[in-house]
Amino acid sequence: MNDMTIPDLVARELKIVGTRPLRPDGVDKVTGRAKFGADMHVPNMLIGRVLRSPHAHARIKSIDVSKAQALKGVKAVITSADLCDLPSEFIPAGEMMVNFKDVTRNVMAREKALYEGHAVAAVAAVNEVVAAQALALIDVDYEVLPHVMDVAKAMEPDAPVLHDDMYTIGVEPTPSKPSNIAKRVEFGFGDLEAGFTAADVVVEREFTTKPVHQGYIEPHACLASVSEDGQAELWCTTQGQFIVRAFCAKLLGMEVSQLRVTASEIGGGFGGKTVVYIEPLALALSRKACQPVKMVMSRSEVFLASGPTSGAKIWVKVGATKDGRITAADALLKYQAGAFQGSPVQPGAMCAFAPYDLENVRIVGFDVVVNRPKVAAYRAPGAPIAEFAVESVIDEVALEIGMDPVEFRLKNAAKEGTRAPFGPKLGPIGLVQTLEAARAHAHYRAPLKTNQGRGVASGFWFNIGGETCASLNVGEDGSVAMVVGTPDIGGSRASLSMMAAEELGISLEQVHPTVGDTSSLGFNFLTGGSRVTFSSGMAVIEAARDVIEQLRGRAAKIWEVPIEEVEWAEGHARYIGSGEAKSLSLADMAKTAGKTGGPIIGNAALNVTGAGPSLATHLVDVEVDPETGRVTILRYTAIQDAGKAVHPSYVEGQMQGGAVQGIGWALNEEYIYDDNGCMENPGFLDYRIPVCSDVPMIDTVIVEVPNPRHPYGVRGVGETPIVPPMAAIANALSHATGVRFTDLPMSPPRVLAAIDGQQRA
Amino acid sequence: MARLILSGTLQKLTGGEPVVEIDAQNVKQLLRMLSERYPALAPHLEQDSFAVAIDGEIFQDAWFAPIGPESEIHLIPAIRGG
Repeated sequence: MNDMTIPDLVARELKIVGTRPLRPDGVDKVTGRAKFGADMHVPNMLIGRVLRSPHAHARIKSIDVSKAQALKGVKAVITSADLCDLPSEFIPAGEMMVNFKDVTRNVMAREKALYEGHAVAAVAAVNEVVAAQALALIDVDYEVLPHVMDVAKAMEPDAPVLHDDMYTIGVEPTPSKPSNIAKRVEFGFGDLEAGFTAADVVVEREFTTKPVHQGYIEPHACLASVSEDGQAELWCTTQGQFIVRAFCAKLLGMEVSQLRVTASEIGGGFGGKTVVYIEPLALALSRKACQPVKMVMSRSEVFLASGPTSGAKIWVKVGATKDGRITAADALLKYQAGAFQGSPVQPGAMCAFAPYDLENVRIVGFDVVVNRPKVAAYRAPGAPIAEFAVESVIDEVALEIGMDPVEFRLKNAAKEGTRAPFGPKLGPIGLVQTLEAARAHAHYRAPLKTNQGRGVASGFWFNIGGETCASLNVGEDGSVAMVVGTPDIGGSRASLSMMAAEELGISLEQVHPTVGDTSSLGFNFLTGGSRVTFSSGMAVIEAARDVIEQLRGRAAKIWEVPIEEVEWAEGHARYIGSGEAKSLSLADMAKTAGKTGGPIIGNAALNVTGAGPSLATHLVDVEVDPETGRVTILRYTAIQDAGKAVHPSYVEGQMQGGAVQGIGWALNEEYIYDDNGCMENPGFLDYRIPVCSDVPMIDTVIVEVPNPRHPYGVRGVGETPIVPPMAAIANALSHATGVRFTDLPMSPPRVLAAIDGQQRA
Repeated sequence: MARLILSGTLQKLTGGEPVVEIDAQNVKQLLRMLSERYPALAPHLEQDSFAVAIDGEIFQDAWFAPIGPESEIHLIPAIRGG
């Protein structure tokens, strides 16, 4: 727990925080100098490739790698036998509790291949061509088993069972037979029956969503080098180098400090780069070959073998009085986990009704395994799926009682002191402010034409803190090298430098940020949970205060006065006693640091708490082509509470990015499988994410309701923007067509079929 | 004493009690006392990596977060995010 005292800096005049400087990593990125995952090359480097299962579900009877091993140019071949088999046990990996029995089986299949694309062997060879030839020489004897892809079918009693040791957790008594249902969760309080009885209007709907990929442009890539004495280095694209280290060390039976992991620049992650896939394989191959091994996933491998988010089946029922008060809310969520347990159904259930102040509420969720790749986190994991259903029903209830949808939400909006459906009372939050901003926005009054409709939806995400370190090294010229342990995905080097400069009272140009490797700092939880500007910001601020205390102490010694008579202001130590005014700049003190006690380094190592939830409201106008079913996004406005926007441009960028990803999720993206459980569209030509011409300029409104647990009031902002879009678009489409859309994606064939169905009816 | 309010899932593991009074002064003590009082809950506290909400503030992996005598406590699944 951090024990930082929370000062009144929110009321202080901020000189750098809140401005829009250029990002420190910008020049390297626009000139192509930035090094991403696949950009590292070293002498004697081998190329690693993975052999993947062609079957959705198959027992692996045997694997013969002898021919591949004998091929000239092949330096190593590995199977699951080269990784540690680990028991079913939840143990800490970094900051997460992870069942390594599943992790080791996901990176390399053991008894069974559980999805098409599941890794079964890997080779390292002198080049790409030889590696591909070697893969073709590996003989795997499969016994093909029945597969199940759909969450509802996977829950049926006669469904093919993926894991014969999976007994549903969260039900009493524990089932006597294994099933695909890993877990049942339930949240809520109140009297649902009484609540629905008191309602004048009750709306009940079923919804489905498809798995969608995070769609990062940069594929998974790494370069591993293990020396003969067991010391290892790994360069990779990741959201968390310390998590990669923890996972890989466990899977390879190493001590964590034997492995140094460096995070490359990252070309998108969105949650999908919080786990390991090829990294432990590259290390195992390098260990066997005694040469560095580079591995880069192809785009089709990214689709087949890295985690999308869940597809789901959802049922929602909401009751309300005619005057607009919700009396009861009930939801049932069934989320696909992929081949191993761990869907985001828990956070989905917790977020589902979180925007509302409810007296009677229940959410039940099921985590269900299917023969698809194991899901990975995707921006506000679980929440967008639940909110698509809930916010669609909320819209329909407002329509039924004849109330403006923003007004209806305002009447029921959660605020400070509201008991959240998952239990605790909420602190200060900004949903009401986002709704009021939506109501006041010109977008909300813009005229609509035929075949056009407007939708509104709100969304909630928690945000998190977690273990975080930072270091500020004052150079002999007074410049500051800042080292943080969280990869920069959304401009955090800029926002963190700004906070360091603000605290130290120096110019932003004097602060030079670096994302450190795992040997340069203590443990850092990953970049995720919208935590970096909040948590690494707290660490940077504490490190800066550590520097300031040292500087005040040294100035006091130089001036031979008590430290209480020295203040730090505007980058200077100032004597504030009764004698003659004295002042020393940071550069003055850095120059003589060797004589006053040695180098000046500020450090912070925290488990940051106090993250404040961020809520958003989105407005969208769509136009439907009744002849083709194509939906065009005409206008889009994203409004969100950022607490305090440290760098408003990057907050706006997060809001715009989340909205665009949501547009893709709503209108086009889906995994399409054939009858054998094999994916038919593993590439961006057939799996359609939005391109620039698909979206208008996304307008943004930043609301600032300060988080009282951060010195500047910061809240995380990266995940909430993807929560409302699907419901907002579905609501707009429903208003444009008169048909309620309950299944994602709302692609042209589905929209056309719905319009045709309505006309026939 | 502090009041621990249990969700539907956890209530099943504590004999259906929706509210438990507990004399814990920090999170570590809370988890130990719960495991002793409700053995069926113990493995879930370890496996599920629960967070503890104390008077509305969510603490993850913070053993020494203080619990006051009048505190309202909730056990909720730990949040990680993407």
